[in-house]
Amino acid sequence: MSNLNNKVCFLRKVFVGASLALSVGMLGGCSDSATDAEGRTLPILGERETVEREANGQTVVDTVYHQVPDFAFTDQDSQQVTQQTVAGKIYVTDFFFTSCPSICPKMKSQMLRVYEEYKDNPDVLLLSHSIDPEHDTVAVLKDFAERLGVTAAKWHFLTGEKDRIYDMANNYLVAAQEDGQADGGFTHGGHFILVDGHRRIRGVYDGTEETSVNQLIQDIPLLLNENKHAKK
Amino acid sequence: MRISMRKSKWAVLGFGTLSLLTLTQCFTDKQNEGQRLYVANCQSCHMEDGTGLRGLIPPLAGADYLQKNRQQLPCLIRHGAEGPMVVNGKEYNREMPGAERLAPDEITNLLNYMQTNFGNSNQRYTMQEVTLLLEPCPPHQQ
Repeated sequence: MSNLNNKVCFLRKVFVGASLALSVGMLGGCSDSATDAEGRTLPILGERETVEREANGQTVVDTVYHQVPDFAFTDQDSQQVTQQTVAGKIYVTDFFFTSCPSICPKMKSQMLRVYEEYKDNPDVLLLSHSIDPEHDTVAVLKDFAERLGVTAAKWHFLTGEKDRIYDMANNYLVAAQEDGQADGGFTHGGHFILVDGHRRIRGVYDGTEETSVNQLIQDIPLLLNENKHAKK
Repeated sequence: MRISMRKSKWAVLGFGTLSLLTLTQCFTDKQNEGQRLYVANCQSCHMEDGTGLRGLIPPLAGADYLQKNRQQLPCLIRHGAEGPMVVNGKEYNREMPGAERLAPDEITNLLNYMQTNFGNSNQRYTMQEVTLLLEPCPPHQQ
């Protein structure tokens, strides 16, 4: 059991926070985005590229946004969770491990607030990836979720192939890695990532800060509205 | 003569004020030590208000465990805990890492902080008491 003591998770708040703030600042002004009654918008984050195509004899430039790739992980009920699971829904995702003694309990207490707020809305899902999938088996995640008092239909705790999980962290712009220098521990960012119905990243929040999570709870309806318009 | 008297008067006054300030400062620091140690060692799991995290992490606020297991708490802080634990009638079962590096006086301040905050008003410890209670659990080799 003492190996658990050695697993240390660090919050790379400053580095990731600064770089994300920069990207939000740079990209925010020139993106297609959702609008609420006050005209507030959520930017589309991540790298983008332009593609030229012919339409009616004219050259049209399309912007291709960063999209989270297809994935397949297993949740606490042994169910496969894939891009199909989140299709047409919006979701909030994070990275953690069940034996993490530092920032994870705080993150989970904040994610619980999002859970409670959108418990009855089937269009909002929560996905928490374990970055220690060898320890965090389906059984361990099941016990964790039950003790947290949450249902798998809304909040999926995911385990799977380690490399794939770390790849996904990169895709969600979250720093996560095994760190030999941290006593064989793990390092990961404490971020909550808000993803839209097209699997595009629309917001990055500090999952250890109540005020930042307040913002997330306020931003979710913007995407829900956007989804509604798209479905019409 | 008069001048030197006045001088020494000022010196005494100055010295008195200084020592009083130092004492107060020292006292204040010691008072805050429990809270400081709580923030550094316990808060990320047991939360700012000591409420814990649902079925995962037991509360300290209003916890009967703090009273019922008063004698075991110093060793529990030092060596941590594993296996099932019942707090306020509810079972918890997650490992708690020990705080091996804390000295007896620090454990005393930390425990007194927990016993007298988060709505708790339990009996405080003396350092002698904690030192005695720590005897069965010497720190592991670091």
